[in-house]
Amino acid sequence: MPKGHTLKAFDDDLDRLRALISEMGGLAEHAIRESMRCLQQRDVEGAAKIVENDKKLDALEIETERRAVQLIALRAPMAGDLRDVVAALKISGVVERIGDYAKNIAKRVPQLEDAGKIEALSLMPEMARIATEMVHDVLTAFVERDAEAAVRVMKRDDAVDDFYDSIFRTLLTHMMEDPQNIGQSAHLLFIAKNLERAGDHATNIAEMVYYAATGQHMTEAQTGKKP
Amino acid sequence: MKEKMPLTPVPAPSASIAAEASEADLTKPEEATGTDSAPALAKPRPRRSKEPAIDPKKTPKMRAQEVDVFYGEKQALKNVSIDIHDDRVTAFIGPSGCGKSTFLRCLNRMNDTIPTARVTGLIELDGQDITDPGMDVVQLRARVGMVFQKPNPFPKSIYENVAYGPRIHGLADGKSKLDEIVEKSLKRAGLWDEVKDRLQESGTALSGGQQQRLCIARAIAVDPEVILMDEPCSALDPIATAKIEELIHELRGRYAIAIVTHNMQQAARVSQRTAFFHLGELVEYGKTSEIFTNPRERRTQDYITGRYG
Repeated sequence: MPKGHTLKAFDDDLDRLRALISEMGGLAEHAIRESMRCLQQRDVEGAAKIVENDKKLDALEIETERRAVQLIALRAPMAGDLRDVVAALKISGVVERIGDYAKNIAKRVPQLEDAGKIEALSLMPEMARIATEMVHDVLTAFVERDAEAAVRVMKRDDAVDDFYDSIFRTLLTHMMEDPQNIGQSAHLLFIAKNLERAGDHATNIAEMVYYAATGQHMTEAQTGKKP
Repeated sequence: MKEKMPLTPVPAPSASIAAEASEADLTKPEEATGTDSAPALAKPRPRRSKEPAIDPKKTPKMRAQEVDVFYGEKQALKNVSIDIHDDRVTAFIGPSGCGKSTFLRCLNRMNDTIPTARVTGLIELDGQDITDPGMDVVQLRARVGMVFQKPNPFPKSIYENVAYGPRIHGLADGKSKLDEIVEKSLKRAGLWDEVKDRLQESGTALSGGQQQRLCIARAIAVDPEVILMDEPCSALDPIATAKIEELIHELRGRYAIAIVTHNMQQAARVSQRTAFFHLGELVEYGKTSEIFTNPRERRTQDYITGRYG
């Protein structure tokens, strides 16, 4: 938005909504990063903390919804403002979901305490790094109303999907080698799936950001999705 | 000046044209929000009763092309071109002094009443140039009725307020026919139930919202083809406003309606097309749903989101 509203309080309300989304994003990114650290270091206590902290995200989602509804009722936003508010409402739900994936990963940490050297495990931090960066960048794009940045985030999802495919294959081999590995491998597969879902959700947010910023839906060429 | 102008000032024996438009298209148009921009028109609309279905190539009810208006030296309207269709409500929005009321008043030559006003360009009603000096202005204003910001009922009975137009235009032969027109008009204006037992009371004794609906009943009593409304709700409370808006919704499809409003929410609620004026220019004209969710022009966006000025 180039210039502020005649009514300054309107700008304050919109800024507060954006700040809430940023805060939620920060928590979700941190949760994923922490879940990876706990997984690598077999930190069961840290993992329990992630599960506990997820409640904050839930509370922020409710707060975002409350503020968005209030803003619609009291300010009657139009055009770009309206698209922004609706996007914030939707994005908060998605970010909360990303937080749930981190929680799900954390819950699996105790099951993997005595997991030995599994090759797939070494691929995960990099996969998680890309997924969290996507979440971070797409929310920055939302706050800055940057449609181009949203498109760039979209295109990085392929890398996450590639990681998932290769982890899947590695774990399959591992399971076939020794049925005793199946339990742990299944957990790791779910963890990889969670990261893959987080990346997918970041691309969904990218679409919402693009629409909010431009009023147009992303074209197929821009989504860069593999057919 | 404009608030005091009665709708049908002088008698004229011109029942014929107005009568034709009456009952032909009672059914309502299909879409409420209007999926009828140029590309979307490819989809044919369902046929309606007697009238042929709206053809995308059909001449609009009113067409303005390259209209300029000058008040003395000052140019109030610059090169405005708008089509007004008879099955939808067209809203004109914009900040004060943007030319929206000036444009509305061109459509039934109300600017003729301002000595310094000069209008150039083409304004057509059903393909007929209304700026032609030979045009019968009284007859034009019977076909293109107007409702003003402030309710302006005649200081006569409720009945007479509505009966006046049809009588002077010779629309009714005999008392029973006139009674029928009065009842029908008051019903269409949503006022009948409130006034049917006191038709002989003065129109000025009604509440503001009732007076405005009386003015609308008076406007539709002469079976106009187009109704122009210049801020019809700005002097009314929210409930009376809602009633007028519901009425506009009911009347759509029977009459082409153009409304000037400062209340953007109202434009969004009642219209299918919205035109945004700024400094005498038509900045943007399009589907209301698009104007309010995704306007093309920066100036429109700034105005409707409250960033103007």
